[in-house]
Amino acid sequence: MRREGSLWTGVGTVFAKETADHLGSVRLWFLEGLILLAAGGAVYAAISRIRDSVGQDPFLFLSLFTLAREPLPSFVVFLGFLVPLVAIALGFDAVNGEHARRTLSRVLAQPIYRDALLIGKFLAGLATLAIAFVTLWLLVIGLGILMTGLAPSGEEVVRGFAFLLVTVAYGGVWLAVAMLFSVLFRQQATSALAALSVWLLLSVFWAMIAPLAAEALAPAGAGPFAELERARLQLAIARVSPNVLFGEATLAILNPATRALGPVFFAQLEGAVLGAPLPVAESLLLVWPQATGLVAAVILAFTVAYVLFQRQEIRA
Amino acid sequence: MSEPAIETRALTKRYGRTLAVDGLDLRVAPGEVFGLLGPNGSGKTTTILMLLGLTEVTSGSARVFGLDPARQPLAVKRIVGYLPDSVGFYDDMTARENLRYSGKLAGLTAEALEARISAVLERVRLSDRADSAVRTFSRGMRQRLGLAEVLLKSPRVAILDEPTSGLDPQSTHDFLDMIRGLKADGITVLLSSHLLGQVQAVCDRVGLFYRGRMVLEGTVEALAERVLGGGWRIEVEAEGGDGFDEPLARIAGVQRIERRGAGGFTVSAARDVRAEIAAAAAACGAKLLGLAMQRPSLDEVYTAYFREMAHAA
Repeated sequence: MRREGSLWTGVGTVFAKETADHLGSVRLWFLEGLILLAAGGAVYAAISRIRDSVGQDPFLFLSLFTLAREPLPSFVVFLGFLVPLVAIALGFDAVNGEHARRTLSRVLAQPIYRDALLIGKFLAGLATLAIAFVTLWLLVIGLGILMTGLAPSGEEVVRGFAFLLVTVAYGGVWLAVAMLFSVLFRQQATSALAALSVWLLLSVFWAMIAPLAAEALAPAGAGPFAELERARLQLAIARVSPNVLFGEATLAILNPATRALGPVFFAQLEGAVLGAPLPVAESLLLVWPQATGLVAAVILAFTVAYVLFQRQEIRA
Repeated sequence: MSEPAIETRALTKRYGRTLAVDGLDLRVAPGEVFGLLGPNGSGKTTTILMLLGLTEVTSGSARVFGLDPARQPLAVKRIVGYLPDSVGFYDDMTARENLRYSGKLAGLTAEALEARISAVLERVRLSDRADSAVRTFSRGMRQRLGLAEVLLKSPRVAILDEPTSGLDPQSTHDFLDMIRGLKADGITVLLSSHLLGQVQAVCDRVGLFYRGRMVLEGTVEALAERVLGGGWRIEVEAEGGDGFDEPLARIAGVQRIERRGAGGFTVSAARDVRAEIAAAAAACGAKLLGLAMQRPSLDEVYTAYFREMAHAA
């Protein structure tokens, strides 16, 4: 059945309103504060270690993001942990909140399609995440310049920018998942808990589950090839988790010496100068599958939410 | 005949195995105020959602000024204002901000919008609270703000779902006045309610819903005639008219005469027979003290109808 009019009608209005809501919400500022505190600590710790190695590391600024000093984890690890929280906080009540406030039927009685509401809300969440991350990113770089007295090189800026994009995509996955639960469950507490459970499963427990699952599923047998098969399977299972994809992608982007993100044969390393950095383009090529995987996860979760929302009854 | 404002043909909605709306044929003329009446869960809201294209039609068709809500939902929603049952607003935003959001979604341009918002807020008497957060509003004020939103897009049809439920008598009275104002503007109004007295006060015609079907339809008087037998009830008070009921009974159209104490009668008739009653009183020498017409109440129609249904079942 062909419908008249554009499904984009009203997206801009919804986007503007939702973005304003997000940026003014106590919820976001609370989490931003938390991230800033954690990230600030991590970067400060990293800078104190960098001082020892100034002059040896050609990618000083990138190590701001990746260096860790006990007991603090690095900035990237902090982000991998906290970004999903922010994204879930932005999305868990997107649709069921409208139901609870009894505003949904009123808004949908305006001449817009349902698509506009969902797309507008999703884009607003994504924009809010992007604004938050860009701010954070600039703060970290600024802190680095202030404390080391050096400026980042062109390559470092490119790699840093790629890191930013991957972080937004990673946040997008969790935003879409949270919105999916907000369509699925009428209670806001239920959808928040469901999203947090999935986050806990994929970020904490998945690392333990993947080896066990690989062992159970891989064909039995000894020898190097069975071993390799098992390792590949384990990696494939682990990569279901967006956290693993994010971890691998940031590793390759921020650590130019990274040459592969999986098992490598000695024969493949023949002639390679270990520890020598890859050019930016090669690193980006390396993380292309991970980045695509993250974007695909965003699209998948959003599509499921979209279909469910289209079929949902509006009445309370 | 001119194009009907709302027309449905055999409109049906099925949720799983239950029929929410069953073969509804409804026709509302432009400028008319039509009341959908019925107990909760009788299919009123479902019908409204189908008219707005917010829920899919299982079979049959619906048209709003010739537009199909299933295929041209945006065109329909541009000319229809909808006030949902227990309407909600964004509590942290002011009345004006809430209306601005709806107005932008409705596609009004920024310059036209501000003037329009002030005008509709004035009309529902919320001008002095325009810039307070909706959180502080009473139920009656929210309902009026909902009506302001309906008016905002200058609709040709206003659909109001249970607009007066939960309001105190004064707010109800004010709200019904505003609905009459819509009619004066030439807006077609479809009103759903289970509160009969109020529907009766504003509606030109009503349709009685029961289990997804419209079981009765017409003006309140016509319904009364069909269900109660007599459409008109006239209270007569006369002095010294002992033989008065005999000439009364001879008047054409009188169906029943009940005696109420000395000199008091209640006459049920199929038409307005007040003039004949006065003439009869004069003819037999009785002093006519009072002659008052009682409009049949929808309440009576409703109870009588459902009693019948219960007997039939």
